[in-house]
Amino acid sequence: MSKYLLNKFLFTVDRDPELVERYREDPRGTVEWWEADYANRLLSCHGGEASTWLRFEDAEREALAGHDYPRLFELGAHPFLTLTLFIAMFERDHEPMGFQTEYARRLAHMTMPYPDIAT
Amino acid sequence: MAELVAVIASTHHPFYYRASTATGEDRPPFADEWVRKVEAFRETLTKARPDVLVMVGSDHFHQLWLDNMPQFLVGKAPFYDANWYNEEREFGLPRMFFTGQEDLSAYILREGLDAGFDLAFSNELRIDHSITCPIITLRPQNDLPIVPVYTNIFAPPLPQPKRFVQLGRTIRELVESWPADKRVAVIGTGHLSLELGGPRQFGPHGPDPEFDRKAVEWISSGDIEGCLSEVTLDSLHLPGNATHGFMDFMLMMGVAGEGAKADYVDTYDLFHTMEAYFTWYPNGGVA
Repeated sequence: MSKYLLNKFLFTVDRDPELVERYREDPRGTVEWWEADYANRLLSCHGGEASTWLRFEDAEREALAGHDYPRLFELGAHPFLTLTLFIAMFERDHEPMGFQTEYARRLAHMTMPYPDIAT
Repeated sequence: MAELVAVIASTHHPFYYRASTATGEDRPPFADEWVRKVEAFRETLTKARPDVLVMVGSDHFHQLWLDNMPQFLVGKAPFYDANWYNEEREFGLPRMFFTGQEDLSAYILREGLDAGFDLAFSNELRIDHSITCPIITLRPQNDLPIVPVYTNIFAPPLPQPKRFVQLGRTIRELVESWPADKRVAVIGTGHLSLELGGPRQFGPHGPDPEFDRKAVEWISSGDIEGCLSEVTLDSLHLPGNATHGFMDFMLMMGVAGEGAKADYVDTYDLFHTMEAYFTWYPNGGVA
């Protein structure tokens, strides 16, 4: 499990307007590029001090590449990060609050206790 | 010595700014009553005539991140920029700019460390809506220097609820022992029951109205003991997956003190969450 890396993807994409659009339009390509070029960046440090060991598990990569936010919830990605980024990408395609209520409906099968989000 | 002139605990609903400034067809039906309640709440701070605001909130993965996550952090900077791109994008919040009260920041850090809290600090902190929302609601002229205090209610492992209460007590002691002739208000924001990114989000009410009822009772009556007897890190998952933000209300109960009845209490049942507003005047009234 690499919940931390899932969260790092959501965190770094959400705060970059260009990456938000890129992930919306080309999720699989963006995830592949990000894992190859970005996943190991130590934030705030230059490239020569990148980490060497971070990679997604297959289920995590597929969930991100599929924009599959219910699966991200099941995998223990931080729900606030997922919600914020997916609102940024898809709220525009719905009536006001429509995406948020659909999001809840698609997670309706989840019961307490929810997946652990500790990293 | 400084005087603690008001203790204020509030929710920090990021949609208030947009709702309260919307006009015509864009103005939601609940906006007018919400504005009325917020303006009445604002008066409770205005009456206390503060010189300095200690602002307790929580970073929402803006500047604080999982590669270097503090539990409690005090800002110590001459100025603070505020609000982030994703808060402008989602909530329509404006960019803001604050002056810092560095002497009180330094005092809280030094004395807080010596009192048993290993506080982190930041000399360049961009603050987010947990602190800007109460400025927008309570002090929109934004004319007072601040000391931001961030708590981790967001990224487990979290401190225990009792630790939030203890920090609140310590903040009060430090404010009251600060050798400055200043009137200080401590303002903290959190949540009642709240779900974000889960199946119970954005319902017609908060996800757990019964928890909200009990929480308002604990806060308004200053029942710290009762609250601590029922609230644990595990139990806070039940009312909604973002309800750990309630621990910032517990911190403010610590500032107000055991058994301290709030002098002002108001709530507003909105879709998605219950708004809640509390003010205490520690010295028995507004001088």
